[in-house]
Amino acid sequence: MTELKKTALYDLHRSLGAKVIPFAGYEMPVNYPLGIMKEHLYCRKSAGLFDVSHMGQLVISSNTQSMQFIATELEKLLPIDVLGLGKDRQRYGFLPNIDGGIIDDLMISNRGDHYFVVINASRKEIDFKYLKENISKEIDVDLIKTRALIAIQGPQSEKILSSQIGELSSLTYLDVKNFSYKGEILWVSRSGYTGQDGFEISLPNSLGEVFCKNILEQNGIEPIGLGARDTLRLECGLCLYGQDLNETITPIEAGLKWAIQKVRRAGGEREGGFVGQKKILEQIEEQPYFKREAFFPDGKAPLRSGTKLFSDDKGKNRIGMITSGGYSPSLERPISMGYLNHNKFNVDEPIFGEVRNKFFSVTLTKLPFVPTSFKRN
Amino acid sequence: MKFTEEHEWLESEGDMVKVGITEYAAEQLGDIVFIELPDVGTSVTKGQEIVVIESVKAASDILAPLDGEITEINNAIVDDPSMVNNDPTGEAWFFKMSLKSQGELDGLMSEDEYKKHIE
Repeated sequence: MTELKKTALYDLHRSLGAKVIPFAGYEMPVNYPLGIMKEHLYCRKSAGLFDVSHMGQLVISSNTQSMQFIATELEKLLPIDVLGLGKDRQRYGFLPNIDGGIIDDLMISNRGDHYFVVINASRKEIDFKYLKENISKEIDVDLIKTRALIAIQGPQSEKILSSQIGELSSLTYLDVKNFSYKGEILWVSRSGYTGQDGFEISLPNSLGEVFCKNILEQNGIEPIGLGARDTLRLECGLCLYGQDLNETITPIEAGLKWAIQKVRRAGGEREGGFVGQKKILEQIEEQPYFKREAFFPDGKAPLRSGTKLFSDDKGKNRIGMITSGGYSPSLERPISMGYLNHNKFNVDEPIFGEVRNKFFSVTLTKLPFVPTSFKRN
Repeated sequence: MKFTEEHEWLESEGDMVKVGITEYAAEQLGDIVFIELPDVGTSVTKGQEIVVIESVKAASDILAPLDGEITEINNAIVDDPSMVNNDPTGEAWFFKMSLKSQGELDGLMSEDEYKKHIE
């Protein structure tokens, strides 16, 4: 087994009493002494600080070519509107494979003279190699290892972060801006993965600990581990790569059609022209029979990732699978999402999840379980 | 009170023993959100998985500490699983059982031995 990596904040996690577990090749805090439930509720009500430095940070630039050239090249790999992404704006996207499955999902920002891309920890080497091999040789792709990535999320995040780096009220959801801090540059975006208002801050590793300590000294913020990060994103119906998304699931099946702007769809000005376009454009028109859905387990038992779904309580007619599930601290009940094969199932039929050879009934519902609260304007 | 390596505590109550999980176990599990107890009258053998316990994080099992039969279960913890985090060695006991052989209880760890075990 290869040795686990540590982020620049590892010592801080330890000193804060974190329970540390292996995650995507890193030793990461799953929770702090507060525990997952209280951390989750604290973030929803006030603010939380998350170390997400295990995620990949890519800088895509060119010494010889324009941003327009880079955008055009990226649009061959991403089915989203990159050319139309304004300076200092961020957007959700994904890299499809040739069959329309998802290699990874990501956030991309236009930083004026380069694109900044945040990718999943478990996929960063794969994405990096894929981009290197499939993009013009005139474009440089760098996987940054010298910067930490911190998320500050929750309704109090603007107030708390602005006490350290200055006025943030001019930034709305998915805006990006540089701030100087102790002689270095922070790359700040108004985004995150909790479904709430918040920020992600990329900063040099050397400043990670002092920055986080100064933030945590403020009132109204607690460190939050990966455990609560998972329950927070699940409540808002956000996908986790490796569970809800993988190379065999298309973005349309995953309910991510909204992320493919009209300009890239059939009839759009820059229709198609991306890897996986055949399957993806077809499914936009025809609606896939295999779709991501939301479920409320009827009882108290959480139905987690890997739970098989049937239309009967004997395990005869398999209709799908739970890909993410657990207890929702906000709703005080179990919630799950997963995939249903609508060819094998009618919406008026009951659904059962199999756990430990028992069958638990679930009810189909709609995402998100908890409404999002981004600062849109 | 006696203790198992699986972090259960056992307390004699006449012919029965009352069984729960230790504070250490409750803390390791984190916030408990679901508990499934065995039916009263179930015969159990040592090491058999008889309780399902789910925290926010994950699912785990509790094993029968000794051979015997379940005589009573604590439905209060099924209704409110967080009791186990708040009072694991008091109100939040799991079940009572009759032992096949009373003597087996003596073979389990004392409190001091258990404390050393979790160090």
